[in-house]
Amino acid sequence: MCGTCGCGSEKNGVVIQNPLEIKTHQHEHQNHEHHHSHEDEHTHEHTHDGHSHNHEHNHDGHSHSHEHTHDGHSHSHEHSPHKKKVLEIEQDILQQNDIMAARNKGYFEAKSIFALNLVSSPGSGKTALLERTLKDLKEDLSFYVIEGDQQTLNDANRIAAVGIPVIQINTGKGCHLESDMVYDAVKKLDISDNSILMIENVGNLVCPSMFNLGESKRVVIISTTEGEDKPLKYPDMFHTSDICIINKIDLMPYLQFDLAQLKENALKVNPHLQFFELSATTGDGMEAWYQWLKESRITLK
Amino acid sequence: MHELSVALGIVKIAEDETKKANATAVELIELEIGTLAGIELESLNFVWPAAVKDTVLENAIKKIITIKGKAKCIDCDTVFGITHFYDACPKCKSNFKGILKGKELRVKALEVV
Repeated sequence: MCGTCGCGSEKNGVVIQNPLEIKTHQHEHQNHEHHHSHEDEHTHEHTHDGHSHNHEHNHDGHSHSHEHTHDGHSHSHEHSPHKKKVLEIEQDILQQNDIMAARNKGYFEAKSIFALNLVSSPGSGKTALLERTLKDLKEDLSFYVIEGDQQTLNDANRIAAVGIPVIQINTGKGCHLESDMVYDAVKKLDISDNSILMIENVGNLVCPSMFNLGESKRVVIISTTEGEDKPLKYPDMFHTSDICIINKIDLMPYLQFDLAQLKENALKVNPHLQFFELSATTGDGMEAWYQWLKESRITLK
Repeated sequence: MHELSVALGIVKIAEDETKKANATAVELIELEIGTLAGIELESLNFVWPAAVKDTVLENAIKKIITIKGKAKCIDCDTVFGITHFYDACPKCKSNFKGILKGKELRVKALEVV
């Protein structure tokens, strides 16, 4: 079962590649049979159909009123030849992702790598912010980048053009990065100690919030062209982030955008959020963000 | 649509646990999902048939136990029910709170045969 698009392929459609090693973009979807030809297989013997537990128990006279709300799990009804077993497992559904995230985190901590998970809706300027940051700081700090997008190497190419090691993860139809993808990408990057790893998540303000990648800090980016009620509309993302970057402040004179209101809304969802207001295009406000990056990396050690 | 990832996570757990118990199929699966867990039940129900196809969960009855959000105010210790992350303390209006309940996303139990 495909982890991304739900098709029946064993491969989950995620492609992880280095833009410098790829010249042509090949769509190799051979293993990806998107046509569920299950018509012939629908002869499943549904002998289990009766298991909706409607034991009526009209035992001629005595009226067993088994309520079967399943709350107590005391199923000792031996009415069928096969044995039923109740497994009380209490397992976190995202456990697999969390375990892998913990592995990533341990690796980052051991090597004093400051890892940032950059999340935002599409078009808020994640890649532009990244490009500018890398250009301005690459002489002072060592950077590595993981780019997450559904399709194309476009973003990775933009980063590679700045001269920074980058790996592109294409999630196919997936709407977010997961920790195992980052794990695989990190293995390819061979990150040196004391570096900063920027993980640009898929542009999506909903799904990535649930998936811990093992990052040191989560950075949510919102631009002034978006509504100031976004933190209220997409609370999960703002709730799980540490830093909120407000981008495109150079456009403020042309917009009806209430910066104070945005911050107020964001703080309602997450009172611990720290803000940076900047423009990745003009460079306004970038200094404070750079300062924070430098200090955070040092305090890691 | 992260619900598909979640559904596949459930399938993985069910497959592993069923195998461990030397069983072949799941008849009933109980999930605990908090109202603050970020799961749209409608979406989960939508992707469910595709996710469980040809797995031990294919014919399982899915029972969802919804857990309502509960928080404790950091400033005045009031415990209160919340439906959104941005709900303030009803007593002192503070936004600083710890989430006590509502973020659950768990497979509680499986009934296997």
